[in-house]
Amino acid sequence: MAELRTEEFQVNMGPHHPSTHGVCRLLLTLDGEKIIKVEPYIGYLHRAIEKICENRTYPMCIPILDRFEYVTAMSCNYVFSLAAERLAEIEVPERAEYLRVIMLELNRIASHMIFFGTTVMDIGALTPFLYALREREMIMDLFEMTCGQRLTYNYIRIGGVSRDIPKEFIPKCRETIKTIDEKIEEYKRLLNGNPIWKARTIGIGKLSPELAIAYGASGPILRASGVEYDLRRDDPYSIYDRFDYKIPTYQNGDVYDRYMVRLDEMQESCKIVAQALDGLPEGDIRAKVKPNFKPPEGEVYTRIENSRGEMGVHLISDGTNKPFRLKARGGSFAHLQLLPEISKGCLIADLVAIFASFDVILPEVDR
Amino acid sequence: MIATSVTFWLKDLLGSIGLSGDLLTIATYGILAVAVFSLLSVLALFLVWWERKVAGHIQQRFGPMRNGWHGWYQTLMDGLKLLQKEDILVFTRDRMVFFWAPIMCFVAAFAAYIVMPFGEGLIVADLNIGILYIVAITTFTIISLLMAGWGSNNKYALLGGMRSAAQVVSYEVPMVVSILIVVLSAESLSMVKIVEAQGGWIWNWNIFKIPVVGLVAFITYIIAAVAEANRTPFDLPEAEQELVAGFNIEYSGMKFAMFFLAEFINLFTVSAIAVTLFLGGWQGPGPASISFIWFFLKTFAVIFLLMLFRWTYPRLRVDQLMEFAWKFLIPLTFVNLIIAAVMKHFGWYLGN
Repeated sequence: MAELRTEEFQVNMGPHHPSTHGVCRLLLTLDGEKIIKVEPYIGYLHRAIEKICENRTYPMCIPILDRFEYVTAMSCNYVFSLAAERLAEIEVPERAEYLRVIMLELNRIASHMIFFGTTVMDIGALTPFLYALREREMIMDLFEMTCGQRLTYNYIRIGGVSRDIPKEFIPKCRETIKTIDEKIEEYKRLLNGNPIWKARTIGIGKLSPELAIAYGASGPILRASGVEYDLRRDDPYSIYDRFDYKIPTYQNGDVYDRYMVRLDEMQESCKIVAQALDGLPEGDIRAKVKPNFKPPEGEVYTRIENSRGEMGVHLISDGTNKPFRLKARGGSFAHLQLLPEISKGCLIADLVAIFASFDVILPEVDR
Repeated sequence: MIATSVTFWLKDLLGSIGLSGDLLTIATYGILAVAVFSLLSVLALFLVWWERKVAGHIQQRFGPMRNGWHGWYQTLMDGLKLLQKEDILVFTRDRMVFFWAPIMCFVAAFAAYIVMPFGEGLIVADLNIGILYIVAITTFTIISLLMAGWGSNNKYALLGGMRSAAQVVSYEVPMVVSILIVVLSAESLSMVKIVEAQGGWIWNWNIFKIPVVGLVAFITYIIAAVAEANRTPFDLPEAEQELVAGFNIEYSGMKFAMFFLAEFINLFTVSAIAVTLFLGGWQGPGPASISFIWFFLKTFAVIFLLMLFRWTYPRLRVDQLMEFAWKFLIPLTFVNLIIAAVMKHFGWYLGN
């Protein structure tokens, strides 16, 4: 029989594709359905956030940085405020710290809900997406109640938070975390035993701890590969040392483990929020900060544990009221670099699952 | 009172007003074709609406609510919208193939209804090769999907078309073997004879009549049918998250609507075949004149089951899909067929 001539072909996946979660372009080289090579092309969402910040005063940077990673805008607010506070050595009031932790953890849950919904949707089950958004909606309501915003909050400010929580917040928040905790158990019942779900996720996109560390992976992706590393514990910030929580770690580093890490993390976050609500002290919500905030000359790098890994801000101040240089670091950038490495030889459907399991968000990559 | 068959009744009626010969035949089948076509179009519109409602309620929302009571004419309005839309044509398409693909899909979906017994006597033509004809004609759907994938000259569409061809060809085998078990028991390929053999009580339905084997055959048939109808968990040809829309990516306006309607008619077809073969077809208590109600009730029950699948399960991967068909489903159905043959030989049947 004559040898059949076959050819590799290239497919542009994105920038407008349902499973690239934003505007990422993946240039796939395919042999049938098998992937030979993946080349991510980034930059479609570049808004020069870092450069814009150089021309704004410190408080004005916060709303811009809201857009840096809009799914967890609280973290963006926080990491920048933390940098400015460390530069100016501001002592943040106790109540503000508690409020910050509550908001950060609620935002982490909201972000993981998006992860859960979109990942499961990318693997073909459409229904859990709406369940996840239903639960996220409760958190959005809490945020709206507090700061009037649902996506870009501008809530955590230099020296504290912008306003106190209303009276109804605490009972509603308790109810929310209780519901979410129950619903996560429901998600686990819905999917974890499903043979199709298992076949699609277990053993797919294995990431070894060595490779993960080599590429600078962080957050849930690193923890799913068996490295117990959480900045909340390993590089403490705020008041996380006062709470009792576990750091969920899984060993296999496949799509299933990355999914499980996040589900468990949501439950741990619920615990932290509950403890923070219990311990919430009375008092000021904001330290005295001059409107024309001028930190002393200096340089600082702050990093926090975001839902997508390490989020950091490198801030250089020249003593004026505008940052001399600001560099924002998001976990997604490193994770997107991992994609070509671990999706070689798998099928298109696996690539979609892996990409979704990394929970890459493009504004964080492109900035 | 319904006569032995609507076709004969109509023929008599038209004969009595003076038609004869070829003209009579053409008029009879012409009227029937229009009737079946209208019925199915309405059914397809209803199914689209129903699917959206079911999906909505599973997902804790309402689904369409605006047009009429619970949005009952939403799909009609959607259809009108699609009619008015510009038919966007890709410049690099293969003109002939691109044009004929939706038509072929549409025609193949409708043609199966020639031998579909909607009720006692409610059949266009009781062919003695009925079920074989349906299997043959629904296979045209694959060719149309492949044509759509090729004709669009789009890589996603091509991948979708290739996937659908591979999938449907693989799942055709377990489907036909499952059908063979029923044919073996009814000793006929005629749809009417198959239903008539299941008359009487519920244990005469093929699913119960052949103990265990019938149930297994029903399950394997349903699995293959879901794959045949390109629905989740086997909706790979149009896997939105992977191939955007698969084979129909370049189609818009009415051409897209034809694919869309054909998909829902195929859903009805596979469910109706399941009912006819395994669940007693039109058989049920009451006079023959209400037999069609039983047929539709049972069919809608099966469709509801398939809708539940669609909104609950994730999607399989291409290789897993193939593995499932060739390594599990096909051996299982063949073993099942052999057991059915042995049981037939020794007469180990429930009921008559």
